[in-house]
Amino acid sequence: MENQNTLPSRRQAYWRANIRILITLLSIWFIVSFGCSILLVEQLNQIEIGGFKLGFWMAQQGSIYVFVALIFAYVRLMNKLDREFKFEDSE
Amino acid sequence: MDVKIWTYIVVGLSFALYIGIAIWSKASSTKEFYVAGGSVSPISNGMATAADWMSAASFISMAGMIAFAGYGGSVFLMGWTGGYVLLALMLAPYMRKYGKFTVPEFIGERFYSKTARIVAVICLIIVSVTYVIGQMKGVGVAFSRFLETDYNTGLYIGMGIVFFYAVLGGMKGITFTQIAQYVVLIFAYTVPAIFISLNLTGNPIPQLGLGGSVADGTPLLEKLDKVIQDLGFNQYTTAVNGNKLNMFVYTMTLMIGTAGLPHVIIRFFTVPKVSDARLSAGWALVFIAILYTTAPAVAAMARLNLTETIQPGRVGEATGSLEYEKRPEWFKNWEKTGLLKFEDKNRDGRIQYYNDQDKTFATKAAEYGWAGNEMTTVDNDIIVLANPEIANLPGWVIALVVAGGLAAALSTAAGLLLAISSAISHDLLKGILRPDISEKKELNASRLAMVAAIAVAGYFGLNPPDFAAGTVAIAFGLAASSIFPVLMLGIFSKKMNRQGAVAGMIAGMSVTLLYVFQHKGILFISSTSFLGSMEPNWFLGITPNAFGAIGALVNFAVAFAASKTAADAPQEVQDLVESIRVPSKD
Repeated sequence: MENQNTLPSRRQAYWRANIRILITLLSIWFIVSFGCSILLVEQLNQIEIGGFKLGFWMAQQGSIYVFVALIFAYVRLMNKLDREFKFEDSE
Repeated sequence: MDVKIWTYIVVGLSFALYIGIAIWSKASSTKEFYVAGGSVSPISNGMATAADWMSAASFISMAGMIAFAGYGGSVFLMGWTGGYVLLALMLAPYMRKYGKFTVPEFIGERFYSKTARIVAVICLIIVSVTYVIGQMKGVGVAFSRFLETDYNTGLYIGMGIVFFYAVLGGMKGITFTQIAQYVVLIFAYTVPAIFISLNLTGNPIPQLGLGGSVADGTPLLEKLDKVIQDLGFNQYTTAVNGNKLNMFVYTMTLMIGTAGLPHVIIRFFTVPKVSDARLSAGWALVFIAILYTTAPAVAAMARLNLTETIQPGRVGEATGSLEYEKRPEWFKNWEKTGLLKFEDKNRDGRIQYYNDQDKTFATKAAEYGWAGNEMTTVDNDIIVLANPEIANLPGWVIALVVAGGLAAALSTAAGLLLAISSAISHDLLKGILRPDISEKKELNASRLAMVAAIAVAGYFGLNPPDFAAGTVAIAFGLAASSIFPVLMLGIFSKKMNRQGAVAGMIAGMSVTLLYVFQHKGILFISSTSFLGSMEPNWFLGITPNAFGAIGALVNFAVAFAASKTAADAPQEVQDLVESIRVPSKD
């Protein structure tokens, strides 16, 4: 059994680690959608890959694939974090 | 077999399936009614969430909007999927850990305030009712076009079906029906897309076909760019929606609006565990992405097919434009609905379809003897619905598309109706008016509230207010500017107090409503708009539909300022926040 006194500090450490994961993943989220697909789209459109202008492809295809990957990455990272801090949930 | 018989068979079978599920999954407790007993597996919930989320707008309208907006249409693609990243990372796990039934309930308890709960209920009802009107309209239109019943009969049938499974089964019935509806709608969306991609590019995967080449060897997108630029339209792959800033803000509004829609959030109350809520959001986005990555392919291919049908020859040559008398069958069908209109302005018996707003092209057009664009109406919505006809696909594919459109509209309507009825029976009745009500009575009340919600939605469907199209802006704007920020503050700012939350919600909502109303008229009566819906009057060129993100910023700023005027949230509330931040019970 965990000592009750350490619960708040364990929770704090867990929360800080969680926020770090959020910041990393949301930065990628921001860069692919707002960065590559909107702000830098002209620059990326100079590059053509297999019938697509890269900027256009990012905006209409690539960003969506990255979003999916980000959520699954989050699931893995958080499950690992839950185990590390012994905060796994039960039904 | 003719299309109409196919349609009756396919739509009839899908409806029989929904009713069968309803009978099998009757809800017997409030927990089953509100959150399907909290025992839905992550993949099933992901599928149900996808159907819940993808409405008539995603299924019928989105590809059409992209077809005519080109690159600028990306705001919908990114906005309506990127929101799921926010939902998965910042909302779903914490809402599940909190583990009650509704969004206003969380807001009320977290901000220890009945006022906050009531404000949240009001936002929720405005958002969900405006959203549901569009779904009802979609049902009526699909019936009237394809089953040749009148619009009202179609609407009654749709209402009857929803009534049956939503009132009987609550969230439990809705969840299982939504799973079936997802399967119907995704099949209906991808099958025609595969055929069309195969016809046009030889590649059966539409996502790859979009980057493929057409028969003469040029890449599809390059060809499309050229074909429409020859007619004075903007280049497809670079056409911007308003300006860059507008696209940025619009995308942000749709993303945080998506994450703030109550009918989507409550779906994450139905899974057993916190880790399931995270996983379930991932699956939801997978199922959504299948449609959302297909849509841009459908859009580009349909635009090319449509343009080349009307302009089969060289631009400028008299014989280059299609003769009106030789127009294809689908053209005639859609003319009857008024969604496609032709006017022979230069009286040459041929159809000239070009961009007459473009100054340089207009002079060329005058030389050709063209007297203005003759396709006076090309409604966005016909792109998906007419697509199988344009590509000459067999009757059963067309029937499938109708069933898919109905599945999309009905599944979203049911989710919204549940959000509305639970806000009334659980938040207003049980939470505020009659806290001592028994569970059995609450269950009955929630069914009654559902009946009332269906009646209201049906009424608006039968008498669609003029503002129906504009209300989607309000729905997303309000979800983005009121519900999303208050949930963020509730989870990520432990000390945020009720003064801040209430002031923030009201400020965010007011700023957004004011901006929409000042451009589109108070309650959308355009004569009362005091600034007019014109570009020079837009704040930094931001369209009213895109304004929710600015409202959200105002919400956050006001909330932090107002929270400084009063004491921090009490200790027991801070403890609640501490506990929802971790998945386990201790």
